Amino acid sequence: MQGLGLGTSGDMLGSVHSLQELRRSASLATKVFVQRDYSDGTTCQFQTKFPPELESRIERQLFEETVKTLNGFYAEAEKIGGSSYLEGCLACATAYFIFLCMETHYEKVLKKISKYIQDQNEKIYAPRGLLLTDPLERGMRVIEISIYEDRCSSGSSSSGSSSSSSGGGGGAGGR
Amino acid sequence: MSVMVARKKVVRKWEKLPGRNTFCCDGRIMMARQKGIFYLTLFLILGTCALFFAFECRYLAVQLSPAIPVFAAVLFLFAMATLLRTSFSDPGVIPRALPDEAAFIEMEIEATNGTVPQGQRPPPRIKNFQINNQIVKLKYCYTCKIFRPPRASHCSICDNCVERFDHHCPWVGNCVGKRNYRYFYLFILSLSLLTIYIFTFNIVYVALKSLKIGFLNTLKETPGTVLEVLICFFTLWSVVGLTGFHTFLVALNQTTNEDIKGSWTGKNRVQNPYSHGNIVKNCCEVLCGPLPPSVLDRRGILQQEESTAQEGPCPRGPGTQEPPAMQGPRQAEESSMKQQDGSIPLPSVVPAPSLSDTEMPEEKQRTPGEVPVPSPDAGRAEH
Repeated sequence: MQGLGLGTSGDMLGSVHSLQELRRSASLATKVFVQRDYSDGTTCQFQTKFPPELESRIERQLFEETVKTLNGFYAEAEKIGGSSYLEGCLACATAYFIFLCMETHYEKVLKKISKYIQDQNEKIYAPRGLLLTDPLERGMRVIEISIYEDRCSSGSSSSGSSSSSSGGGGGAGGR
Repeated sequence: MSVMVARKKVVRKWEKLPGRNTFCCDGRIMMARQKGIFYLTLFLILGTCALFFAFECRYLAVQLSPAIPVFAAVLFLFAMATLLRTSFSDPGVIPRALPDEAAFIEMEIEATNGTVPQGQRPPPRIKNFQINNQIVKLKYCYTCKIFRPPRASHCSICDNCVERFDHHCPWVGNCVGKRNYRYFYLFILSLSLLTIYIFTFNIVYVALKSLKIGFLNTLKETPGTVLEVLICFFTLWSVVGLTGFHTFLVALNQTTNEDIKGSWTGKNRVQNPYSHGNIVKNCCEVLCGPLPPSVLDRRGILQQEESTAQEGPCPRGPGTQEPPAMQGPRQAEESSMKQQDGSIPLPSVVPAPSLSDTEMPEEKQRTPGEVPVPSPDAGRAEH
Protein backbone atom coordinates (compact mmCIF):
# COMPACT_ATOMS: atom_id res chain seq x y z
CA MET A 1 0.00 0.00 0.00
CA GLN A 2 2.82 2.43 0.72
CA GLY A 3 4.74 4.37 -1.78
CA LEU A 4 2.52 3.45 -4.69
CA GLY A 5 2.49 6.09 -7.34
CA LEU A 6 -0.69 6.14 -9.32
CA GLY A 7 -1.52 7.29 -12.79
CA THR A 8 -2.55 10.82 -13.41
CA SER A 9 -5.01 10.28 -16.20
CA GLY A 10 -8.41 11.60 -15.34
CA ASP A 11 -7.22 12.71 -11.93
CA MET A 12 -9.71 15.15 -10.54
CA LEU A 13 -7.24 16.79 -8.24
CA GLY A 14 -4.82 17.53 -10.97
CA SER A 15 -1.74 15.84 -9.53
CA VAL A 16 -0.30 12.42 -8.77
CA HIS A 17 -1.86 10.96 -5.65
CA SER A 18 -0.81 7.88 -3.85
CA LEU A 19 -2.75 7.11 -0.73
CA GLN A 20 0.03 8.63 1.34
CA GLU A 21 0.00 11.84 -0.61
CA LEU A 22 -3.76 11.84 -0.33
CA ARG A 23 -3.48 11.86 3.40
CA ARG A 24 -0.94 14.62 3.48
CA SER A 25 -2.51 16.97 1.03
CA ALA A 26 -6.19 16.24 1.42
CA SER A 27 -8.60 16.73 4.24
CA LEU A 28 -11.66 14.65 4.81
CA ALA A 29 -14.62 16.53 3.43
CA THR A 30 -17.46 14.14 4.00
CA LYS A 31 -18.47 10.52 4.04
CA VAL A 32 -21.09 8.71 2.08
CA PHE A 33 -22.62 5.48 3.29
CA VAL A 34 -23.94 2.89 0.90
CA GLN A 35 -26.58 0.95 2.78
CA ARG A 36 -27.51 -2.67 2.67
CA ASP A 37 -30.02 -3.99 0.21
CA TYR A 38 -32.37 -6.44 1.90
CA SER A 39 -34.58 -7.22 -1.06
CA ASP A 40 -33.01 -10.68 -1.30
CA GLY A 41 -33.40 -11.51 2.36
CA THR A 42 -30.78 -11.29 5.04
CA THR A 43 -27.88 -12.06 2.69
CA CYS A 44 -25.20 -9.41 2.59
CA GLN A 45 -25.85 -7.22 -0.45
CA PHE A 46 -25.35 -3.51 -0.90
CA GLN A 47 -27.46 -1.03 -2.79
CA THR A 48 -26.09 -0.22 -6.20
CA LYS A 49 -27.86 3.13 -6.25
CA PHE A 50 -25.34 5.81 -7.11
CA PRO A 51 -24.95 8.37 -4.30
CA PRO A 52 -25.42 11.92 -5.61
CA GLU A 53 -22.42 13.13 -3.63
CA LEU A 54 -20.15 11.10 -5.86
CA GLU A 55 -21.58 12.44 -9.07
CA SER A 56 -18.79 14.88 -9.67
CA ARG A 57 -16.09 12.54 -8.47
CA ILE A 58 -16.41 9.20 -10.16
CA GLU A 59 -18.11 7.65 -13.13
CA ARG A 60 -21.31 5.86 -12.37
CA GLN A 61 -20.32 2.63 -14.07
CA LEU A 62 -17.10 2.32 -12.12
CA PHE A 63 -18.90 2.70 -8.85
CA GLU A 64 -21.69 0.33 -9.78
CA GLU A 65 -19.17 -2.18 -11.01
CA THR A 66 -17.37 -2.06 -7.66
CA VAL A 67 -20.55 -2.57 -5.68
CA LYS A 68 -21.76 -5.33 -7.99
CA THR A 69 -18.44 -7.15 -7.68
CA LEU A 70 -18.59 -6.82 -3.90
CA ASN A 71 -22.14 -8.15 -3.92
CA GLY A 72 -20.94 -11.05 -6.00
CA PHE A 73 -18.21 -11.83 -3.49
CA TYR A 74 -20.63 -11.75 -0.58
CA ALA A 75 -23.05 -13.96 -2.45
CA GLU A 76 -20.22 -16.40 -3.01
CA ALA A 77 -19.33 -16.35 0.68
CA GLU A 78 -22.90 -17.02 1.74
CA LYS A 79 -23.71 -19.49 -0.98
CA ILE A 80 -25.66 -22.44 0.31
CA GLY A 81 -24.64 -25.50 -1.57
CA GLY A 82 -22.75 -28.75 -1.49
CA SER A 83 -19.42 -27.38 -0.35
CA SER A 84 -20.85 -25.30 2.48
CA TYR A 85 -22.86 -28.26 3.74
CA LEU A 86 -19.80 -30.43 3.60
CA GLU A 87 -17.84 -27.88 5.57
CA GLY A 88 -20.64 -27.58 8.09
CA CYS A 89 -21.02 -31.32 8.55
CA LEU A 90 -17.28 -31.87 8.83
CA ALA A 91 -17.05 -29.13 11.41
CA CYS A 92 -19.94 -30.62 13.36
CA ALA A 93 -18.37 -34.07 13.26
CA THR A 94 -15.19 -32.70 14.81
CA ALA A 95 -17.21 -30.77 17.42
CA TYR A 96 -16.03 -27.58 15.67
CA PHE A 97 -12.45 -28.11 16.75
CA ILE A 98 -11.47 -28.07 13.12
CA PHE A 99 -11.94 -24.30 13.09
CA LEU A 100 -8.89 -23.98 15.26
CA CYS A 101 -6.71 -24.98 12.32
CA MET A 102 -8.85 -24.26 9.30
CA GLU A 103 -10.29 -21.10 7.85
CA THR A 104 -13.91 -21.15 6.86
CA HIS A 105 -14.92 -20.52 3.28
CA TYR A 106 -16.53 -17.26 4.39
CA GLU A 107 -13.28 -16.00 5.82
CA LYS A 108 -11.39 -16.89 2.69
CA VAL A 109 -13.82 -14.85 0.64
CA LEU A 110 -13.62 -11.96 3.09
CA LYS A 111 -9.88 -11.91 2.54
CA LYS A 112 -10.47 -11.77 -1.18
CA ILE A 113 -12.86 -8.89 -0.67
CA SER A 114 -10.33 -7.05 1.41
CA LYS A 115 -7.72 -7.40 -1.33
CA TYR A 116 -10.21 -6.31 -3.94
CA ILE A 117 -11.12 -3.18 -2.02
CA GLN A 118 -7.47 -2.36 -1.53
CA ASP A 119 -6.94 -2.83 -5.21
CA GLN A 120 -9.90 -0.65 -6.14
CA ASN A 121 -8.73 2.06 -3.77
CA GLU A 122 -5.29 2.13 -5.32
CA LYS A 123 -6.39 2.04 -8.90
CA ILE A 124 -9.66 3.89 -9.06
CA TYR A 125 -10.71 5.65 -5.90
CA ALA A 126 -7.57 7.24 -4.54
CA PRO A 127 -6.79 9.09 -7.78
CA ARG A 128 -10.24 10.60 -7.49
CA GLY A 129 -9.81 11.59 -3.88
CA LEU A 130 -12.08 8.87 -2.55
CA LEU A 131 -11.51 5.99 -0.17
CA LEU A 132 -13.55 2.86 0.26
CA THR A 133 -13.71 1.26 3.68
CA ASP A 134 -14.13 -2.48 3.93
CA PRO A 135 -17.70 -3.13 5.15
CA LEU A 136 -16.26 -5.65 7.60
CA GLU A 137 -14.90 -2.75 9.62
CA ARG A 138 -18.35 -1.26 9.78
CA GLY A 139 -20.06 -4.41 10.95
CA MET A 140 -21.20 -5.25 7.41
CA ARG A 141 -23.77 -2.50 7.64
CA VAL A 142 -22.49 -0.01 5.10
CA ILE A 143 -19.80 0.66 2.54
CA GLU A 144 -18.26 3.86 3.77
CA ILE A 145 -16.82 6.10 1.11
CA SER A 146 -14.69 8.94 2.37
CA ILE A 147 -14.53 11.96 0.12
CA TYR A 148 -11.39 13.98 0.37
CA GLU A 149 -10.86 17.44 -0.91
CA ASP A 150 -7.48 18.64 -1.92
CA ARG A 151 -6.20 21.38 0.34
CA CYS A 152 -4.25 22.86 -2.53
CA SER A 153 -7.14 23.08 -4.95
CA SER A 154 -10.31 25.09 -4.54
CA GLY A 155 -12.13 22.06 -3.18
CA SER A 156 -15.55 22.95 -4.41
CA SER A 157 -16.77 19.36 -4.40
CA SER A 158 -17.87 19.26 -0.76
CA SER A 159 -20.28 22.13 -1.06
CA GLY A 160 -22.48 20.22 -3.44
CA SER A 161 -22.91 17.34 -1.05
CA SER A 162 -25.23 18.89 1.52
CA SER A 163 -28.01 19.72 -0.89
CA SER A 164 -27.78 16.51 -2.82
CA SER A 165 -27.44 14.16 0.14
CA SER A 166 -30.93 14.83 1.45
CA GLY A 167 -32.35 14.02 -1.97
CA GLY A 168 -30.29 10.90 -2.06
CA GLY A 169 -31.41 9.93 1.40
CA GLY A 170 -35.07 10.05 0.52
CA GLY A 171 -34.70 7.41 -2.11
CA ALA A 172 -33.03 4.87 0.10
CA GLY A 173 -36.12 3.93 2.03
CA GLY A 174 -38.36 3.60 -0.94
CA ARG A 175 -37.92 -0.10 -1.59
CA MET B 1 8.38 1.54 6.46
CA SER B 2 5.86 1.75 9.27
CA VAL B 3 6.50 3.25 12.66
CA MET B 4 5.72 1.34 15.82
CA VAL B 5 3.66 2.67 18.66
CA ALA B 6 5.56 3.87 21.69
CA ARG B 7 5.59 1.30 24.43
CA LYS B 8 2.44 1.58 26.46
CA LYS B 9 -0.25 -0.72 27.68
CA VAL B 10 -1.98 -2.25 24.72
CA VAL B 11 -5.69 -1.52 24.80
CA ARG B 12 -7.80 -3.88 22.80
CA LYS B 13 -11.14 -3.04 21.31
CA TRP B 14 -13.09 -5.35 23.58
CA GLU B 15 -12.23 -3.14 26.54
CA LYS B 16 -14.08 -0.26 24.96
CA LEU B 17 -17.00 -2.08 23.43
CA PRO B 18 -20.35 -0.70 24.55
CA GLY B 19 -22.96 -3.12 25.71
CA ARG B 20 -23.23 -5.27 28.80
CA ASN B 21 -20.95 -8.16 27.99
CA THR B 22 -18.08 -9.59 29.92
CA PHE B 23 -14.92 -10.60 28.16
CA CYS B 24 -12.36 -13.14 29.27
CA CYS B 25 -8.96 -14.31 28.08
CA ASP B 26 -8.14 -10.91 26.65
CA GLY B 27 -11.20 -10.72 24.47
CA ARG B 28 -11.27 -14.28 23.22
CA ILE B 29 -14.32 -15.17 25.27
CA MET B 30 -17.52 -13.16 25.20
CA MET B 31 -20.43 -13.72 27.55
CA ALA B 32 -23.33 -11.94 29.16
CA ARG B 33 -22.87 -10.26 32.48
CA GLN B 34 -24.89 -12.67 34.60
CA LYS B 35 -23.13 -16.00 34.58
CA GLY B 36 -24.54 -17.62 37.68
CA ILE B 37 -26.98 -19.90 35.91
CA PHE B 38 -24.31 -20.88 33.41
CA TYR B 39 -22.14 -22.10 36.27
CA LEU B 40 -25.13 -24.07 37.53
CA THR B 41 -25.52 -25.69 34.11
CA LEU B 42 -21.84 -26.62 34.10
CA PHE B 43 -22.06 -27.97 37.61
CA LEU B 44 -25.10 -30.10 36.86
CA ILE B 45 -23.65 -31.60 33.70
CA LEU B 46 -20.19 -32.19 35.11
CA GLY B 47 -21.49 -33.47 38.43
CA THR B 48 -24.00 -35.89 36.96
CA CYS B 49 -21.53 -37.24 34.42
CA ALA B 50 -18.81 -37.58 37.03
CA LEU B 51 -21.12 -39.65 39.20
CA PHE B 52 -22.18 -41.74 36.23
CA PHE B 53 -18.61 -42.50 35.14
CA ALA B 54 -17.44 -43.13 38.66
CA PHE B 55 -20.15 -45.54 39.74
CA GLU B 56 -22.53 -46.94 37.18
CA CYS B 57 -20.10 -47.12 34.30
CA ARG B 58 -17.65 -49.31 36.15
CA TYR B 59 -20.32 -51.90 36.80
CA LEU B 60 -21.98 -51.68 33.40
CA ALA B 61 -18.71 -51.81 31.46
CA VAL B 62 -17.95 -55.13 33.06
CA GLN B 63 -21.44 -56.57 33.10
CA LEU B 64 -22.70 -55.40 29.74
CA SER B 65 -20.24 -53.73 27.43
CA PRO B 66 -17.27 -51.36 27.57
CA ALA B 67 -18.90 -49.41 24.77
CA ILE B 68 -21.34 -47.91 27.25
CA PRO B 69 -18.91 -45.52 28.97
CA VAL B 70 -17.19 -44.82 25.66
CA PHE B 71 -20.37 -43.66 24.03
CA ALA B 72 -21.29 -41.69 27.14
CA ALA B 73 -17.90 -40.01 27.01
CA VAL B 74 -18.38 -39.06 23.37
CA LEU B 75 -21.79 -37.58 24.08
CA PHE B 76 -20.48 -35.77 27.13
CA LEU B 77 -17.53 -34.25 25.26
CA PHE B 78 -19.75 -33.17 22.39
CA ALA B 79 -22.26 -31.59 24.75
CA MET B 80 -19.53 -29.74 26.61
CA ALA B 81 -17.84 -28.56 23.42
CA THR B 82 -21.08 -27.20 22.01
CA LEU B 83 -22.04 -25.63 25.33
CA LEU B 84 -18.76 -23.81 25.62
CA ARG B 85 -18.90 -22.78 22.03
CA THR B 86 -22.41 -21.36 22.49
CA SER B 87 -21.50 -19.57 25.68
CA PHE B 88 -18.19 -18.13 24.65
CA SER B 89 -18.76 -17.02 21.09
CA ASP B 90 -20.12 -13.85 19.62
CA PRO B 91 -23.80 -14.50 18.86
CA GLY B 92 -23.73 -12.10 15.92
CA VAL B 93 -23.59 -8.74 17.63
CA ILE B 94 -23.96 -5.81 15.26
CA PRO B 95 -21.51 -3.09 16.26
CA ARG B 96 -23.00 0.29 16.93
CA ALA B 97 -22.87 2.95 14.30
CA LEU B 98 -19.94 5.32 14.42
CA PRO B 99 -20.86 9.01 14.74
CA ASP B 100 -20.56 9.78 11.02
CA GLU B 101 -22.77 6.92 10.05
CA ALA B 102 -25.32 7.76 12.73
CA ALA B 103 -25.40 11.36 11.53
CA PHE B 104 -25.84 10.27 7.93
CA ILE B 105 -28.77 8.05 8.85
CA GLU B 106 -30.33 10.84 10.93
CA MET B 107 -30.12 13.07 7.93
CA GLU B 108 -31.82 10.49 5.75
CA ILE B 109 -34.58 10.07 8.30
CA GLU B 110 -35.13 13.79 8.54
CA ALA B 111 -35.22 14.02 4.81
CA THR B 112 -37.91 11.37 4.68
CA ASN B 113 -39.98 12.53 7.63
CA GLY B 114 -39.24 16.23 7.66
CA THR B 115 -37.91 18.09 10.68
CA VAL B 116 -40.05 17.64 13.75
CA PRO B 117 -40.58 20.72 15.91
CA GLN B 118 -39.15 20.57 19.40
CA GLY B 119 -41.36 18.90 21.94
CA GLN B 120 -43.30 16.88 19.42
CA ARG B 121 -42.79 13.15 19.27
CA PRO B 122 -41.27 12.18 15.94
CA PRO B 123 -42.91 9.40 13.96
CA PRO B 124 -41.51 5.91 14.55
CA ARG B 125 -38.53 5.20 12.43
CA ILE B 126 -39.38 2.36 10.17
CA LYS B 127 -38.18 1.48 6.71
CA ASN B 128 -40.15 -0.86 4.52
CA PHE B 129 -38.46 -3.44 2.40
CA GLN B 130 -39.75 -6.06 0.07
CA ILE B 131 -38.29 -9.48 0.56
CA ASN B 132 -39.53 -12.27 -1.68
CA ASN B 133 -42.73 -10.34 -2.36
CA GLN B 134 -43.45 -9.74 1.30
CA ILE B 135 -43.16 -6.35 2.94
CA VAL B 136 -40.81 -6.49 5.89
CA LYS B 137 -40.32 -3.54 8.19
CA LEU B 138 -36.89 -2.50 9.39
CA LYS B 139 -36.90 -0.80 12.74
CA TYR B 140 -34.46 1.84 13.87
CA CYS B 141 -32.53 1.02 17.04
CA TYR B 142 -32.12 4.12 19.19
CA THR B 143 -29.32 2.60 21.21
CA CYS B 144 -27.20 1.35 18.37
CA LYS B 145 -28.26 4.14 15.98
CA ILE B 146 -28.79 1.79 13.08
CA PHE B 147 -31.65 0.36 11.12
CA ARG B 148 -31.70 -3.20 12.28
CA PRO B 149 -31.37 -5.81 9.54
CA PRO B 150 -34.36 -8.09 9.18
CA ARG B 151 -34.57 -10.72 11.93
CA ALA B 152 -32.16 -8.78 14.11
CA SER B 153 -33.29 -7.66 17.53
CA HIS B 154 -31.88 -5.68 20.39
CA CYS B 155 -31.17 -7.77 23.49
CA SER B 156 -31.98 -5.68 26.52
CA ILE B 157 -29.91 -7.88 28.80
CA CYS B 158 -26.72 -7.61 26.80
CA ASP B 159 -27.63 -4.22 25.33
CA ASN B 160 -26.59 -5.21 21.83
CA CYS B 161 -28.34 -5.68 18.53
CA VAL B 162 -27.92 -9.30 17.54
CA GLU B 163 -28.41 -10.69 14.06
CA ARG B 164 -31.08 -13.35 13.68
CA PHE B 165 -31.79 -12.95 17.36
CA ASP B 166 -33.29 -16.08 18.84
CA HIS B 167 -33.38 -15.46 22.58
CA HIS B 168 -31.14 -14.69 25.51
CA CYS B 169 -30.42 -17.94 27.31
CA PRO B 170 -29.34 -17.59 30.94
CA TRP B 171 -28.45 -21.30 31.05
CA VAL B 172 -25.65 -20.74 28.58
CA GLY B 173 -24.98 -17.23 29.80
CA ASN B 174 -25.18 -15.62 26.36
CA CYS B 175 -27.55 -14.54 23.62
CA VAL B 176 -28.39 -17.08 20.97
CA GLY B 177 -28.19 -15.52 17.55
CA LYS B 178 -27.03 -16.10 14.03
CA ARG B 179 -23.50 -17.16 14.83
CA ASN B 180 -24.11 -19.55 17.68
CA TYR B 181 -27.59 -20.91 17.04
CA ARG B 182 -26.31 -24.14 15.55
CA TYR B 183 -24.04 -24.71 18.55
CA PHE B 184 -26.97 -24.06 20.84
CA TYR B 185 -29.17 -26.49 18.96
CA LEU B 186 -26.49 -29.16 18.93
CA PHE B 187 -25.93 -28.56 22.63
CA ILE B 188 -29.55 -29.11 23.59
CA LEU B 189 -29.76 -32.07 21.23
CA SER B 190 -26.66 -33.75 22.63
CA LEU B 191 -27.70 -32.89 26.17
CA SER B 192 -31.08 -34.52 25.55
CA LEU B 193 -29.38 -37.63 24.24
CA LEU B 194 -26.93 -37.62 27.13
CA THR B 195 -29.73 -37.21 29.65
CA ILE B 196 -31.77 -40.01 28.11
CA TYR B 197 -28.66 -42.17 27.96
CA ILE B 198 -27.68 -41.64 31.58
CA PHE B 199 -31.26 -42.03 32.75
CA THR B 200 -31.70 -45.28 30.84
CA PHE B 201 -28.45 -46.81 32.01
CA ASN B 202 -29.08 -45.78 35.56
CA ILE B 203 -32.34 -47.72 35.42
CA VAL B 204 -30.54 -50.64 33.82
CA TYR B 205 -27.85 -50.51 36.48
CA VAL B 206 -30.35 -50.44 39.30
CA ALA B 207 -32.32 -53.26 37.72
CA LEU B 208 -29.26 -55.46 37.17
CA LYS B 209 -27.78 -54.87 40.55
CA SER B 210 -31.07 -55.24 42.37
CA LEU B 211 -31.35 -58.74 40.94
CA LYS B 212 -28.15 -59.64 42.72
CA ILE B 213 -28.17 -57.69 45.96
CA GLY B 214 -31.64 -56.21 46.22
CA PHE B 215 -33.02 -52.78 45.48
CA LEU B 216 -32.34 -51.06 48.81
CA ASN B 217 -28.81 -52.38 49.00
CA THR B 218 -28.13 -51.07 45.53
CA LEU B 219 -29.23 -47.61 46.54
CA LYS B 220 -27.16 -47.80 49.69
CA GLU B 221 -24.07 -48.81 47.75
CA THR B 222 -24.36 -46.05 45.16
CA PRO B 223 -26.49 -43.24 46.60
CA GLY B 224 -25.41 -41.08 43.69
CA THR B 225 -27.74 -43.04 41.48
CA VAL B 226 -30.79 -41.48 43.11
CA LEU B 227 -29.40 -38.02 42.56
CA GLU B 228 -28.60 -38.76 38.93
CA VAL B 229 -32.03 -40.16 38.26
CA LEU B 230 -33.68 -37.12 39.80
CA ILE B 231 -31.57 -34.66 37.86
CA CYS B 232 -32.05 -36.57 34.63
CA PHE B 233 -35.77 -36.82 35.16
CA PHE B 234 -36.26 -33.08 35.55
CA THR B 235 -33.78 -32.28 32.82
CA LEU B 236 -35.53 -34.63 30.44
CA TRP B 237 -38.81 -32.80 30.61
CA SER B 238 -37.28 -29.39 30.03
CA VAL B 239 -34.40 -30.05 27.65
CA VAL B 240 -36.10 -32.65 25.49
CA GLY B 241 -39.11 -30.39 25.17
CA LEU B 242 -36.85 -27.50 24.25
CA THR B 243 -35.06 -29.61 21.67
CA GLY B 244 -38.38 -30.55 20.14
CA PHE B 245 -39.42 -26.90 20.01
CA HIS B 246 -36.19 -25.82 18.38
CA THR B 247 -36.36 -28.68 15.90
CA PHE B 248 -39.74 -27.30 14.91
CA LEU B 249 -38.25 -23.81 14.57
CA VAL B 250 -35.31 -25.04 12.53
CA ALA B 251 -37.60 -26.95 10.19
CA LEU B 252 -39.56 -23.78 9.53
CA ASN B 253 -36.53 -21.45 9.61
CA GLN B 254 -37.99 -19.33 12.38
CA THR B 255 -36.49 -17.84 15.48
CA THR B 256 -37.86 -18.03 19.02
CA ASN B 257 -38.25 -14.27 18.94
CA GLU B 258 -40.41 -14.41 15.82
CA ASP B 259 -42.41 -17.27 17.21
CA ILE B 260 -43.15 -15.43 20.44
CA LYS B 261 -44.08 -12.25 18.64
CA GLY B 262 -46.14 -14.17 16.12
CA SER B 263 -44.40 -12.48 13.22
CA TRP B 264 -45.33 -15.08 10.69
CA THR B 265 -48.53 -16.52 12.07
CA GLY B 266 -52.05 -15.24 12.02
CA LYS B 267 -54.40 -14.35 9.25
CA ASN B 268 -53.21 -10.92 8.27
CA ARG B 269 -49.55 -11.54 8.78
CA VAL B 270 -47.01 -12.12 6.10
CA GLN B 271 -45.70 -15.61 5.48
CA ASN B 272 -42.15 -16.32 6.57
CA PRO B 273 -40.08 -15.10 3.62
CA TYR B 274 -36.94 -16.81 4.86
CA SER B 275 -38.27 -20.32 4.75
CA HIS B 276 -37.34 -22.31 1.68
CA GLY B 277 -40.60 -24.19 1.98
CA ASN B 278 -38.68 -27.42 2.36
CA ILE B 279 -37.85 -28.86 5.78
CA VAL B 280 -34.59 -30.44 4.70
CA LYS B 281 -33.40 -27.26 3.04
CA ASN B 282 -34.30 -25.21 6.08
CA CYS B 283 -32.44 -27.57 8.39
CA CYS B 284 -29.42 -27.60 6.14
CA GLU B 285 -29.29 -23.85 5.95
CA VAL B 286 -29.69 -23.24 9.66
CA LEU B 287 -27.39 -25.99 10.87
CA CYS B 288 -24.89 -26.45 8.09
CA GLY B 289 -24.96 -23.15 6.26
CA PRO B 290 -21.96 -20.83 5.96
CA LEU B 291 -20.90 -19.26 9.23
CA PRO B 292 -20.07 -15.56 9.07
CA PRO B 293 -17.14 -14.51 11.25
CA SER B 294 -17.52 -12.02 14.07
CA VAL B 295 -17.44 -8.40 12.97
CA LEU B 296 -16.61 -7.12 16.42
CA ASP B 297 -12.84 -7.49 16.11
CA ARG B 298 -12.59 -7.87 19.87
CA ARG B 299 -8.85 -8.45 19.89
CA GLY B 300 -7.96 -5.63 17.55
CA ILE B 301 -5.74 -2.96 19.03
CA LEU B 302 -7.40 0.29 19.92
CA GLN B 303 -5.27 3.15 18.74
CA GLN B 304 -4.01 5.56 21.36
CA GLU B 305 -4.31 9.26 20.48
CA GLU B 306 -0.60 10.02 20.77
CA SER B 307 0.71 7.21 18.64
CA THR B 308 2.48 8.03 15.41
CA ALA B 309 1.07 7.52 11.96
CA GLN B 310 0.75 3.95 10.87
CA GLU B 311 0.61 2.63 7.41
CA GLY B 312 1.27 -0.46 5.45
CA PRO B 313 -0.37 -3.80 4.89
CA CYS B 314 -2.30 -5.34 7.70
CA PRO B 315 -1.08 -8.74 8.86
CA ARG B 316 -3.67 -11.00 10.36
CA GLY B 317 -3.23 -11.94 13.99
CA PRO B 318 -2.50 -15.39 15.41
CA GLY B 319 -5.15 -17.85 16.53
CA THR B 320 -7.79 -16.68 18.91
CA GLN B 321 -11.04 -18.29 19.83
CA GLU B 322 -12.39 -17.23 16.47
CA PRO B 323 -10.23 -18.23 13.55
CA PRO B 324 -7.43 -15.72 13.22
CA ALA B 325 -8.17 -14.06 9.92
CA MET B 326 -10.68 -11.58 11.16
CA GLN B 327 -9.06 -10.65 14.41
CA GLY B 328 -5.98 -8.88 13.18
CA PRO B 329 -5.50 -5.17 12.70
CA ARG B 330 -7.54 -3.53 10.01
CA GLN B 331 -6.71 -1.13 7.23
CA ALA B 332 -4.48 1.61 8.47
CA GLU B 333 -5.21 4.52 6.19
CA GLU B 334 -8.39 5.68 7.76
CA SER B 335 -7.13 5.61 11.30
CA SER B 336 -4.05 7.59 10.46
CA MET B 337 -6.13 10.06 8.57
CA LYS B 338 -8.29 10.52 11.59
CA GLN B 339 -5.18 11.14 13.62
CA GLN B 340 -3.80 13.73 11.32
CA ASP B 341 -7.00 15.63 10.99
CA GLY B 342 -8.05 15.34 14.60
CA SER B 343 -11.80 15.36 14.59
CA ILE B 344 -13.42 14.72 11.28
CA PRO B 345 -14.87 17.88 9.83
CA LEU B 346 -18.26 17.38 8.27
CA PRO B 347 -19.11 20.98 7.65
CA SER B 348 -22.24 20.70 5.59
CA VAL B 349 -23.45 17.28 6.51
CA VAL B 350 -23.91 16.85 10.23
CA PRO B 351 -27.13 18.05 11.77
CA ALA B 352 -27.34 18.24 15.55
CA PRO B 353 -27.94 14.59 16.37
CA SER B 354 -30.04 15.49 19.32
CA LEU B 355 -33.31 14.05 18.11
CA SER B 356 -32.71 10.52 19.27
CA ASP B 357 -30.72 11.53 22.33
CA THR B 358 -33.34 13.75 23.88
CA GLU B 359 -36.02 11.27 23.01
CA MET B 360 -34.37 8.32 24.60
CA PRO B 361 -33.08 9.44 27.96
CA GLU B 362 -32.21 5.93 29.08
CA GLU B 363 -29.59 5.62 26.43
CA LYS B 364 -26.41 5.85 28.37
CA GLN B 365 -24.19 3.43 26.61
CA ARG B 366 -22.77 5.54 23.88
CA THR B 367 -20.18 8.11 24.66
CA PRO B 368 -17.62 9.26 22.16
CA GLY B 369 -14.86 7.53 24.04
CA GLU B 370 -16.56 4.19 23.69
CA VAL B 371 -16.67 4.12 19.96
CA PRO B 372 -14.04 1.76 18.68
CA VAL B 373 -11.58 3.21 16.25
CA PRO B 374 -10.17 1.08 13.44
CA SER B 375 -6.93 -0.33 14.67
CA PRO B 376 -3.65 0.54 13.05
CA ASP B 377 -0.64 -1.59 12.48
CA ALA B 378 0.21 -1.11 16.10
CA GLY B 379 -0.96 -4.68 16.31
CA ARG B 380 2.26 -5.58 14.59
CA ALA B 381 4.10 -4.82 17.75
CA GLU B 382 2.46 -7.83 19.19
CA HIS B 383 2.57 -10.22 16.29
